[in-house]
Amino acid sequence: MKTLRDTALVFQRYFGIFVSNPAWVVIGAVQPLLYLLLFAPLLKSIAATPGFPHGGAYNVFVPGLLIQLGLFGSTGVGFGLIADLRAGVIERLRVTPVSRLALLLGRALRDIVTLELQSLILIAVAIPFGLRINAAGLLIMLALVALIGLTMGSIAYALALWLGDENSYAPLIFTASLPLLLLSGVLLPLSLAPTWLRDIAAVNPLSYAVTAARAIFLGHLGNRSVVEGVAIFAVLTAVSMLLAVRRFSRAIA
Amino acid sequence: MSTGERPEASSRTIIETRGLRRIFSTRRGPVEAVAGVDLSVAAGTIFGFLGPNGAGKTTTLRMLTTLLPPTGGEATVAGCDLRREPARVRQRVGYVSQRGGSDGAVTGRSEVVFQARLYGMSAADARARARELIASFQLDECADRRTQSYSGGQRRRLDLACGLVHRPQLLFLDEPTTGLDPQSRAHLWEEVRRLRAEGTSIFLTTHYLEEADQLCDQLTIIDQGRLVAAGTPSELKRQIAGDVVTLGVGGDPQRAVELLQRQPFVRETTAGADEVRCFVDRGETATPALLRLLDGAGIELRSLSLSRPSLDDVFLRQTGRRLREEAA
Repeated sequence: MKTLRDTALVFQRYFGIFVSNPAWVVIGAVQPLLYLLLFAPLLKSIAATPGFPHGGAYNVFVPGLLIQLGLFGSTGVGFGLIADLRAGVIERLRVTPVSRLALLLGRALRDIVTLELQSLILIAVAIPFGLRINAAGLLIMLALVALIGLTMGSIAYALALWLGDENSYAPLIFTASLPLLLLSGVLLPLSLAPTWLRDIAAVNPLSYAVTAARAIFLGHLGNRSVVEGVAIFAVLTAVSMLLAVRRFSRAIA
Repeated sequence: MSTGERPEASSRTIIETRGLRRIFSTRRGPVEAVAGVDLSVAAGTIFGFLGPNGAGKTTTLRMLTTLLPPTGGEATVAGCDLRREPARVRQRVGYVSQRGGSDGAVTGRSEVVFQARLYGMSAADARARARELIASFQLDECADRRTQSYSGGQRRRLDLACGLVHRPQLLFLDEPTTGLDPQSRAHLWEEVRRLRAEGTSIFLTTHYLEEADQLCDQLTIIDQGRLVAAGTPSELKRQIAGDVVTLGVGGDPQRAVELLQRQPFVRETTAGADEVRCFVDRGETATPALLRLLDGAGIELRSLSLSRPSLDDVFLRQTGRRLREEAA
């Protein structure tokens, strides 16, 4: 009960900071929009290539962009934590009786809410280009984005607590997430890839999320790939959150 | 919080520690940052914890505020056992760290409200308490601006307001005036004295001797994790050398030295070219006696000055090092 109340308070504070700076909202939404406007048109001409999945350029590309948003939207959350640690904000909060878990959950909730807002903006902008999705599909898609965001965010927080400064955190997190992105088939479908590349991608959980997302946008909600993608990230979310909570309560008793 | 609830505040202790220790494990092996500290702090006083950077001041403070678990020892803080009841300690103490800890992107008012909410106050109570503190710390003018635009003094007052939001019995201040201009420093001293007058106990760390001397009722000096001296500022100063009376005399100073050395209240006398330095326990009572003696012996007195040893001298004597250089 106390944890819930405190989580809500921490969420309010950080969400307030986020909305009070509209630049962040815009920057967060602009990047996927640029992909949508400047990259997706290129796909139109290759959508007819043999091996390109069925459904048209936007129904193939937008699901990938949403997964990318989940990945990159959450890698940066560690910066805020490091800045707060340095400024003594966390220490100030720790001297109060606030629930320790709430300090982490409130932040994570803020991250997820922003991620969902950005996802909705992206989907709304893509609809005039021919993107199709139904209400049930939208809910599953948002849930999948949230799971990816929570997984990556938890890893990012654990890493930020472990490293403690931006100069080692930034290169590590971005270097680690780039191959994850490239091997997920976000930009171009892996069905176009040579076999060896596809074999490596098969161990990348994000590639399952991308396949699941494409099936969702095709309306194949009961498809095995959807169940797989969501299940994989549900497990990863549980494991990574456990890791982050343990790391957090060790560093911030 | 009426005064009736704290009868004879001075007879109670607000902090009591026995053998408080903290060992950090580093790559080069364990480092004992605090090596068994026994403290007894009387309620309703300003207690100064003095020492150079790295002496163990902040580590001790972080243990007493529940931020860092002790490696060993016992402590009672504000009537609660530090190790068994950290949550109750948190309800009763306030802490203002060296860095303050306000977020630059948030207004001062919302920082205070948020802090109050974390102590369990309702939204309405929190807003009322924030209004009260903002008025009492003269933050009205800047309360609705983001804290990144605050001056050093304003930020410190905001930190204090946050630390006091739940009316703690005991307030910890870590280097409260570091980086403040002289005017803000004087202002902060006034605030701290006002808090004491209202019945709040204050525990502060400092490496400014002047601050320790002017502000604190009791002082403890820590160096390399160990307590090296304790007492009131004047006790500490007296403990080292007493007062120095410098007498400018006409004629041969040696005559004056011989005369004064025979007096039981004079500890030591040294002669300069045309002056005599006389070390006494209590300068203010010794001076009239010295004047009568010299007058009676027909020695001409040209000048007289009375000086007290500074805490810097105390520190130098106890640790073999000067504090100011360390603090730079």
